[in-house]
Amino acid sequence: MAYSLIAVLAFIIIVIFVKGIGALNWDMLLKTPKGGYYYGGEGGVLNAIAGSVYIAFGATIIAVVIGMPAALYINVQLVRYRRTQNTIRYFLDALWGIPSIVYGAFGFALMLFFGMNASLIAGIITVALLVSPIMVRTFDEVLSTIPRGLHEASLALGSTRTETAFRVMFKQAFPGFITAVLLSFGRGIGDAASVLFTAGYTDNVPVNLDEPAATLPLAIFFQLGSPIPEVRQRAFASAVILTIMILAISLGARYLSKRFSRNNLK
Amino acid sequence: MQLRRRISDYITGIWMITSLVTILLLPLIIGAGLYFKAGPLLSEHSFYELLFSGQWAPSSGKFGFGHFIIGSLYVTLVSFMFTAPFCLFAAVYLTEFSSAALIRVMHPVIDVLAGLPSVIYGVWGILVVVPFVSDLASALFSMNSTGYSVLSGGIVLAVMCIPYTLNMLIEVFNTVPSGLKEAALSMGATRWEAVKHVVIRGNYPGIISAYGLGIAKAFGETIAVMMVVGNVVKGTINPFDPAYPLPALIANNYGEMLSIPHYDAALMFAAFLLLAIILIFNLFFRYLIHKTRRQ
Repeated sequence: MAYSLIAVLAFIIIVIFVKGIGALNWDMLLKTPKGGYYYGGEGGVLNAIAGSVYIAFGATIIAVVIGMPAALYINVQLVRYRRTQNTIRYFLDALWGIPSIVYGAFGFALMLFFGMNASLIAGIITVALLVSPIMVRTFDEVLSTIPRGLHEASLALGSTRTETAFRVMFKQAFPGFITAVLLSFGRGIGDAASVLFTAGYTDNVPVNLDEPAATLPLAIFFQLGSPIPEVRQRAFASAVILTIMILAISLGARYLSKRFSRNNLK
Repeated sequence: MQLRRRISDYITGIWMITSLVTILLLPLIIGAGLYFKAGPLLSEHSFYELLFSGQWAPSSGKFGFGHFIIGSLYVTLVSFMFTAPFCLFAAVYLTEFSSAALIRVMHPVIDVLAGLPSVIYGVWGILVVVPFVSDLASALFSMNSTGYSVLSGGIVLAVMCIPYTLNMLIEVFNTVPSGLKEAALSMGATRWEAVKHVVIRGNYPGIISAYGLGIAKAFGETIAVMMVVGNVVKGTINPFDPAYPLPALIANNYGEMLSIPHYDAALMFAAFLLLAIILIFNLFFRYLIHKTRRQ
């Protein structure tokens, strides 16, 4: 059974690659769609790649600003209250399960409320809401394994709780922080349902925050809906690009977290 | 110097607690926002009518989510039938029988599978599962099926949910004290008997909650299912027929929802429903897991 899971992973990736690699070329990566692109004309999906990276990047930054201190708070200020810690983790776990389409619908409601149009910033905020719980929970998981002694030693030397949190705990959990950031970034790039309503779609690379932005998953989705074979081929090629990005992020996270954990106090 | 440190401690303290409270209040805010948006619809139709009526005609003001809810449940059920036995045996094998080397390989494999975006699963579904189901229907049951069906949706969903459920089952099985297993083995039980009676029987709450969370995840999955399930409103029990799950309804209709009165309220209500169902599932089964972990 377990071996078949490896087989399934290999199967999925091989199918995607075999189908898509033929249509993959530098134009796909480096050009935005030209006129008639959706009828098989010239161009590439640079607009979607850039849009996805912008959204994931912006959302990850917001998630770091909200999520990192929240996780530190659970593990520094609340360290004496076991029950509270457990309850908070329980709610965070439940939050993780909320599907992205619900975040998308909420983002859309929020957007209408503020009278905005579908734009880069709306997409960033929606994805930020989506990835913050992931960020908190992943980072918290690593922070909670830090021995109490380290924490107590820092307090005993006279540092305030903030200094303990940011100078001692954060440094010790830095590999976990990198993992959390990259995990959120990967989720942000790959998620389609939440940006469907909020980020819009455009053929240009967005320059300002209030412009709509295309995203790679949606580009795949829309191109796949086309009846023209070349456009469908390009959808497969875009899927290859997305898969490579996700694989790189996921493997990169493993490598970096191993590499940085060498600097830890043992 | 001392004062500066105190002030910075104070300020960051506020920053930290604000962000934590914000995140914890998030489901409440989302729920309230969606409910508020769905208000116009709820004031005209009763809750009961919305949930169980099968009539869906937005242009004449009829909003019955019955078929969509059944479609969602059906696809989820089909996926569960594939996931449940597979995950149970794979988790038992990985925690009790396999070599350490295999486990070292499996962790990244599970992580990568869990991290692949749903669109990729959707593309894979269209390329592999849909033709397969179409062939299967015509070969075994001599039926005409496009392949865009409940069964395809269920298979794709199953593959998506396996890493998620498997991960949780492995976590649950790892908490079984090895003393218990050794006691069973020393009483003359075979390895499988030890697994069956100690690992599986002893972990019923954990196994059930892992399944429950897997189901909740499958229920809310949007893009991948939408790409292969056909999206036709049709109350059906034939797994080779298309269905129209709730998340797909929201995702497919956002473009036209501002042109028909109450349509946006209806979609927001659908999202609210989804949130409520999944949150209840999650809170309940997570509670079971947290309780077992404390023992």
